[in-house]
Amino acid sequence: MTDNTNINKINSYENTRRKEEMKHQVITFVLMIAFTLIAFLVVAAELSRTFVIPFILLLAVVQVGFQFYYFMHMKDKGHEIISSLIFGGIWIAAVTVLTFTTIIWW
Amino acid sequence: MSLASTQKKSFGAVLWDYLTTVDHKKLGNMYIVAGAFFFILGGIEALVIRIQLMKPENDFISAGLYNEMITMHGTTMIFFAAMPILLGLMNAIMPLQIGARDVAFPFLNSLGFWLFLFGGIMLNLSWFLGGAPDAGWTAYTPLSTQSPGHGVDFYVMGLQLSGAGTLIGGINFLVTIVTMRGPGMTYMRMPLFTWTTFIASILILFAFPALTVGLFLLMFDRMFGSAFFDVALGGNSIIWQHLFWIFGHPEVYILILPAFGIFSEIFPVFSKKRLFGYSSMVFATFMIAFLGFMVWAHHMLTVGLGPVANSIFAVATMAIAVPTGIKIFNWLATMWGGSIRINSAMLWSLAFIPSFTIGGMTGVMLATATADYQYHDTYFVIGHFHYVIVGGTLFGILAGLHYWWPKLFGKVLHEGMGKIAFWIFFIGFHLTFFVQHFLGLMGMPRRYWVFLENQGLDTGNLVSTIGAFLMTIGTIIFIINIVYTSIKGEKASADPWGTGRTLEWAVSSPPPEYNFKKLPLVRGLDAYWIEKMDGNDKMTPAEPLVDIHMPNGSILPVTMTIGFFIASFGFIYQVDNKSWLALVFIGFAIALGSMLIRSLKDDHGYHIHKEDLEREAD
Ligand code: HEM
Ligand SMILES: [Cu+2]
Repeated sequence: MTDNTNINKINSYENTRRKEEMKHQVITFVLMIAFTLIAFLVVAAELSRTFVIPFILLLAVVQVGFQFYYFMHMKDKGHEIISSLIFGGIWIAAVTVLTFTTIIWW
Repeated sequence: MSLASTQKKSFGAVLWDYLTTVDHKKLGNMYIVAGAFFFILGGIEALVIRIQLMKPENDFISAGLYNEMITMHGTTMIFFAAMPILLGLMNAIMPLQIGARDVAFPFLNSLGFWLFLFGGIMLNLSWFLGGAPDAGWTAYTPLSTQSPGHGVDFYVMGLQLSGAGTLIGGINFLVTIVTMRGPGMTYMRMPLFTWTTFIASILILFAFPALTVGLFLLMFDRMFGSAFFDVALGGNSIIWQHLFWIFGHPEVYILILPAFGIFSEIFPVFSKKRLFGYSSMVFATFMIAFLGFMVWAHHMLTVGLGPVANSIFAVATMAIAVPTGIKIFNWLATMWGGSIRINSAMLWSLAFIPSFTIGGMTGVMLATATADYQYHDTYFVIGHFHYVIVGGTLFGILAGLHYWWPKLFGKVLHEGMGKIAFWIFFIGFHLTFFVQHFLGLMGMPRRYWVFLENQGLDTGNLVSTIGAFLMTIGTIIFIINIVYTSIKGEKASADPWGTGRTLEWAVSSPPPEYNFKKLPLVRGLDAYWIEKMDGNDKMTPAEPLVDIHMPNGSILPVTMTIGFFIASFGFIYQVDNKSWLALVFIGFAIALGSMLIRSLKDDHGYHIHKEDLEREAD
């Protein structure tokens, strides 16, 4: 008997966790689509370039974040090494781009 | 199993075995043997260079051939000798050290090896196909885009092939270390050689893409008429230098970090003491890797990046000396008060400390941006990097080979010959490269075919050439030692040094194909030593005896590589005649076909059964 209730408890815990997870996935998914729409809208609205370009880049960064953390589960435990590797790579790419945009002359 | 392996196999069967193997130990040995072959080629090229520079205005070889020699020497030594031998040691030893039965992707491991080998063959075929590359190992544009003939094309395609192999190898090691550590092997219990393998693999993962991109741009410029580096058409030739050094500086740390790992294994074993400052060693390695990505422009201090950029890169470069210093002091402290045993492995390690320190010191001198205007592109730079690469990486390789030879090939190298080879090589090394610092300070430029007499350069160059011959003699004695040992040497025990601390010494020499009959339980740093201190002569197993799952061998890595190899020739020669494009299609058909077979055919490997394992002696 006790065994059974235990398993039930675990199951219900699992279920709520899964539901949570599903909710997160759907929310991020909707947000992703919204972001994409917004990106198209600001271009269509013909706002000034100095606003549109950084704005779209910002949206892109957030979307990459969602992609990594929610869709690719980087927020879950056991992904520390992988995320440090990814951030290392991003850092190196950023330094490279920074140099290419600053100290190379044409 | 052991029965079968003691029976004599036909030559064809042995060859097939090596072509299809996915065993990390065999692949490791193949990397080492192939790397040694290229090392001899690169050594001969070096000797030719030194003979040419033996006396003023020498005409031993022509100017054009001289350019080919220096280019091929540098490229061969870095990409096809030093790196593969290090990758070979990592391959053979690292899985043993973490208590794993193989690497994470045995198939990819084999693919990485064959790509490297065929890349090296491709590069060297250029000698017979109209001339070798002659734009220096750095292939600076516009020299490299304008170099006539196909030499530089072979450089581009050869490095592209082997670079892909190296990337595959690096990723494989990363996944192996992250996911395949044995029971109880936490990160902070990993031996230092495993750590440096891990960190060098991170460097490979992040640095090689820059080279790949650079080589692709160069390939398009040379073979398909693009103008990325052509200033006249709006390109920019400095971009090549950036891409090359964004790769190139991390590359030199890919070469030195594994050597650091090797020394960190050898000093404790032959001092009978645990490594001093283990966690600071790990930390220092990470620091070096991290800083190593932010210093590449120190190779370009005279390009004209401006005072701000030059200062930033100069300071970042000098900062690397700090973690490197931490390591040097840790090694010294490891030996402090230990019961030191000096054999060949230890001699190479001891010689490394002062030699490498001199190289690091000249490095800091070079990093002084203003002073570099005097040093840059002179023999001072040649002196610097040979002190770090020969005195660091090569000494590390030789120390590691002596140390792990019994584990790799089952026999202990002859000590007497090992010591003689060491002393001759060591003296030759300092004779060759120490004077080069002064030649450089006196104004002798690097990569020049001849120098004039009575400018104070004659004696220095002669001394340098004599040193090169001594190094050659040292190398020959080492080779004789290898031949002698494989014929006369006695079979080594599992732990031939008696003071082995890490897991590889807990298995027989050479280890069985499945490495560990039962995966060992790791109870701390220096797992095997801990067991010895508790009076056990074996590791405590972490599992009962069960069937062992093994991957099947495969010929597909070879066919894939041959496909890309053929396609590369197509790319090179379609410049002359478009019908050569046929080779591109044939090559890609072979390569993609092999990939298709690999993807569609299920391969579940096989099992070595418990009963067979029981029958085998320990
Ligand atoms: C304290 C550490 C080090 C410092 C501060 C340092 C600094 C430098 C600098 C400033 C240069 C450019 C010199 C010039 O062209 O004018 C250079 C060149 C070079 N260094 Fe180092 N270095 C260090 C360690 C190493 C190590 C560990 C290696 C390899 C194992 C290495 C390999 C090279 C190579 C191959 C070149 C020459 C590349 C070429 O132009 O062909 N260095 N180093
Ligand atoms: Cu550098």
